[in-house]
Amino acid sequence: MNLPLHAQLINLFAALLLLLAFAMLTQRRIRSLINLFALQGFVLVLSTAVVAYSTDQLHLYVSAGVTLGLKVLLLPWIMHHLIRALNVRWDVETTIDIPSTMLIGIVLVIFAFNLAAPISQFAGTITKSTLGIATACILLAFLMMITRRKAVSQVIGFLAMENGLFFAATSATYGMPMVVELGIALDVLVGTLIFGVFFFHIRETFESLDIHHLEKLKER
Amino acid sequence: MDLPLIQAAIQPVDAAVTLAAAWIALGVIGLAFMRAPQVVTGIVFPAGALVSLALAVTGLWAISASPSSAILPAGLPDLPFHVRVDALSGFFLLLLGGVSFGISLFSAGYFRGTAAATLGLLNLQYHVFLASMAFVLIANDAYLFMITWESMALSSYFLVTTEHHDEGNRKAGFIYLLVAHIGAIAILLCFGVLDGGRGDYTFDALRGADLTGFWATVAFLLAFFGFGAKAGMLPLHVWLPEAHPAAPSPVSALMSGVMLKTAIYGMVRFFYDLIGVIRWEWGLTVLLVGAATSLFGVLFALMQHDLKRLLAYHSVENIGIILIGIGLSMVFIGSGHLVPGVLGLIAGLYHTLNHAVFKGLLFLGAGAILKSTGLRNLNEMGGLIRYLPHTALYFLIGALAISALPPLNGFVSEWLTFQASLQAPLLQSSVVRSLVPIVAAVLALSGALTGMCFVKVYGIAFLGQRRHEFETAPREASRWERAGMLWLALACFALGLLPVFAIGELNKVAIAITGIGLGEEAMASGWLWLAPTTGAQASYSPVVFLLVIAAVFGLTFLVVRYFYHGRLRRSDPWDCGFPEQTARMQDSADAFGQPIRQIFEPVYRIRREIPRADDREPVFRQSVEDRHWYAMYLPIARFSEFLSSRIGKVQQGRISIYLLYSFLTLIALLVFAQ
Amino acid sequence: MNVTGGSVFQVLQSVLVVLIAPLMLGWVNQCRAWLQNKSGAGIWQPYKVLNKLFHKDVVLAHGASPLFRATPYILFGCMWLAVGIVPVLATSLPFAPAADVIALVGLFALARVFVSLAGMDVGTSFGTLGARREMMIGFLAEPAMLMTLFTASLISQSTSLVTIVETLGQRELVIYPSMAFAAVAFLMVLLAENARIPIDNPATHLELTMIHEAMILEYSARHLALIEWATSLKLTAYVAIGIAIFVPWGIAAAGDWAALPLALAALALKLLAAGAGLALLETVSAKMRIFRAPEFLGTAFLLATLGMLTHFLLER
Repeated sequence: MNLPLHAQLINLFAALLLLLAFAMLTQRRIRSLINLFALQGFVLVLSTAVVAYSTDQLHLYVSAGVTLGLKVLLLPWIMHHLIRALNVRWDVETTIDIPSTMLIGIVLVIFAFNLAAPISQFAGTITKSTLGIATACILLAFLMMITRRKAVSQVIGFLAMENGLFFAATSATYGMPMVVELGIALDVLVGTLIFGVFFFHIRETFESLDIHHLEKLKER
Repeated sequence: MDLPLIQAAIQPVDAAVTLAAAWIALGVIGLAFMRAPQVVTGIVFPAGALVSLALAVTGLWAISASPSSAILPAGLPDLPFHVRVDALSGFFLLLLGGVSFGISLFSAGYFRGTAAATLGLLNLQYHVFLASMAFVLIANDAYLFMITWESMALSSYFLVTTEHHDEGNRKAGFIYLLVAHIGAIAILLCFGVLDGGRGDYTFDALRGADLTGFWATVAFLLAFFGFGAKAGMLPLHVWLPEAHPAAPSPVSALMSGVMLKTAIYGMVRFFYDLIGVIRWEWGLTVLLVGAATSLFGVLFALMQHDLKRLLAYHSVENIGIILIGIGLSMVFIGSGHLVPGVLGLIAGLYHTLNHAVFKGLLFLGAGAILKSTGLRNLNEMGGLIRYLPHTALYFLIGALAISALPPLNGFVSEWLTFQASLQAPLLQSSVVRSLVPIVAAVLALSGALTGMCFVKVYGIAFLGQRRHEFETAPREASRWERAGMLWLALACFALGLLPVFAIGELNKVAIAITGIGLGEEAMASGWLWLAPTTGAQASYSPVVFLLVIAAVFGLTFLVVRYFYHGRLRRSDPWDCGFPEQTARMQDSADAFGQPIRQIFEPVYRIRREIPRADDREPVFRQSVEDRHWYAMYLPIARFSEFLSSRIGKVQQGRISIYLLYSFLTLIALLVFAQ
Repeated sequence: MNVTGGSVFQVLQSVLVVLIAPLMLGWVNQCRAWLQNKSGAGIWQPYKVLNKLFHKDVVLAHGASPLFRATPYILFGCMWLAVGIVPVLATSLPFAPAADVIALVGLFALARVFVSLAGMDVGTSFGTLGARREMMIGFLAEPAMLMTLFTASLISQSTSLVTIVETLGQRELVIYPSMAFAAVAFLMVLLAENARIPIDNPATHLELTMIHEAMILEYSARHLALIEWATSLKLTAYVAIGIAIFVPWGIAAAGDWAALPLALAALALKLLAAGAGLALLETVSAKMRIFRAPEFLGTAFLLATLGMLTHFLLER
């Protein structure tokens, strides 16, 4: 099996993305979580750049630049600033313990791989097998959102999900239309800012960012 | 094997029948000589051992010979007993004979000292048990099969409840018989499905039946359930940890070592031979159940402090490993890849033989400990290596073998199973292709956990300081007992160091069942190197292993003494400044299992009794229980009690009502006959 | 491969690796010292320690059994065999077919079981503590290692180390993502099995924090020397396995005298780099609480399994 170099690189980046998604799933410290997210963004930038180089699509370079600015630099900076202001350092114990989380993660990965297998037959690119990995990254990020207790980690899960979507788009279909691209980027940025505002409100009301306190808001 | 003169006269089947009948005869003779226990232990049991050896030789002969069958003059006039010995039966006869040889030798020494009446009955039940197992392996029609299956269950029930004054033993026997019969019903139904209403129950006729997809799957499920109940697979394993410890130790060895394997024989016979066409979905079921069983068995074994119960849970685990091998084989054969399928089958059958040998050895060791010291609880043992050096050596060999460590036999079958699982890329279905590595991972995990468990068992029982004060120092096992254990230990070495011979024989069995074997390159590397596919792909040489380690051992010993010196002096162990080290400061069996208890807590159902802070005599109790009792068996038991109490209302107790029932039935029949 | 050439290479490899293993340990310790701004004891220190220990008299506990006395030799023998099998200098050595990757893992398991039993032999609390913890680490590390090696086996369609090295080394540079997972998992297993930080501190003197050291607490003199030597051999063997699988370039074919200097130079370079990297990793990490260790190893196990799954998907 001798794929051309750029396809091998994309496969490698896909594997790294999956590795980072798992690493984020098991991280307890929120600072490391944000750094891993930034690293994931960086791998995404590299992967987009390789796709851009191999297919000569200039708009993907722009896309990579936007991702670099947004996901590697701006958003992690905002998150770091937030956690310093909110004085959140560590996550408490996750809802289910870490080994079980990883086991469920593996099951999700198998599920994603099997789901993507027939679909990737129809994709037109060489790196269609990465669709399974992208799906797996999305599912793992979702799992992370479910099992975390501090609100900040959930936001990171949401952003990581978007990373997975972006990767799926660039590797399987050679990017999305620029308009869609910019729109999503703007949504993500605005979303994060709104989340940040909400964090302060939650903290003021409940004196903590543990989302279990939000359950007090139910009717009975 | 070509002995033309003898071959014309005697077939393997005749030898097998004669030997099995000899066992029954020995049982009766022992009963007759009940008043003279020395005759029973000194002559009858050794004679039974000789019969075992002859049966093993017959089995080995039968693997190479062509299938032979006969019709026995026993049975009903229209339903005579058919018997047949082919390569598969031959292999299991070899297993039965070889392992029971060691166990019968051990029993000759172990049962010395039991009361005469008990001994006579025990002898009868023991030999009838052996004979029933032999007949199960050679039965060629459903009728004989079910009769001997039943007699196997009954004779072992009586053996299990030998010490029936203990209520725990009685309950264990009850559960055992219950699950055995549930399994037997399933097997009977399976025979019915295979027969398809034609009325001819010989295996030849059943083989010829052409089942549609649905009925074939029904037959598979019934056979899997029925034989699985006897083998002790999840979730029908609950009787194993109760029944095996309750029986006398040689009987436990026989039950764990050989009886569970008759269930595996049944599975192989039914899936590969009688049902014939294997589907990969069945293989996947067997594979997953096997993986779950093996992990479950070893996790619970780590929690036990009763030595025999621990060994029983390990039997559950090893049955799981055998099922993994067979499941892999069925998946490959069902997908059309026959050679990896044969590799998986050989791996499963090899593990069957290995487990019989080392589990028999371990149970015999436990029996020797029990006889010498009266101890069964690991928390009370310790330092036994000083009193029972021979038993300690044999038990060490058994422990290393079951932990799948090279160069002993347990490793070879695990190695073969891994090799079979690495053929997974050949499969098409991506679900199965992803599941096989998971199963390989589970297998590796249970192998590693087994090693941990046996470090615990050996370290706590034999090593360290003694935790129990003996009035008289325990004496080493008698010569018969040591002979039995030595035989099985040598078998562990032989099967581990010379796997190529064993695989050659198993290859013949595989050819007999599936029609193809491993291929010429498998045997081409010679007796020293095991390379089932090709040498470049995978090879293993246990002899080189052992020789290099032994050579380095000896060389280092000599070189160090030559260049430096060999001086030594004795002293107290390091006590870190504590004034007095007692035996209580060592780990107990439960303490050694604490990391596992903590890591795998959701798997167990742990009940703790913690004393209050102001308790004058604080007691801490902890029991680890099987969830299956509470999740599965208790609800089923309650439901059946509920049903039977409802139905019980039919029994009013008044005679007029019963007469009314008869009257109504009579009227109904008269109406129906019209 | 001619027989005499192969045998000479075999002897050369076995003897050489056994002799330089303490040097590897010395190098790692020296790098650690430099990174911590100390001057260190010198790279030859382990040899001096071994010499000192061999000169001493054995002090044996009263209750020690023959198993206790035999274990150091068995351990040394196992590790010697391990470095004889791993293609450190050359492939296709005469002993190499004796064991494939599964048997290699089994060999390490054999050594671990014997040393744990020896730890339980004297009947003190430290020995049993060490044995219990060592088996706890072992039961997760062994499957993780096996899965890592299986990933390499699936790529080269063989479990024989020789074939793996030849397949991965002599092909042109192909990037296998599953090997990325396997590499991370292998590194974690290496740290755990060789009792390095973050699992266990090899330089600790606090008994309650020990894992490996607690098991061998009762050993002295030549027995301890052999065990220390075997420990350094184990580290070298693990590093050699990692090199053989992940950076296999430069390994000669047996009997090929022309390629031997290059193989020696490549080996030296790789071992130096590995030792420095290990020291760096140990310096920047902190030792974990004992019950975080199963999580650590569980992560390694799951990563290795994930590597295998990735192979099935991406590298059909």
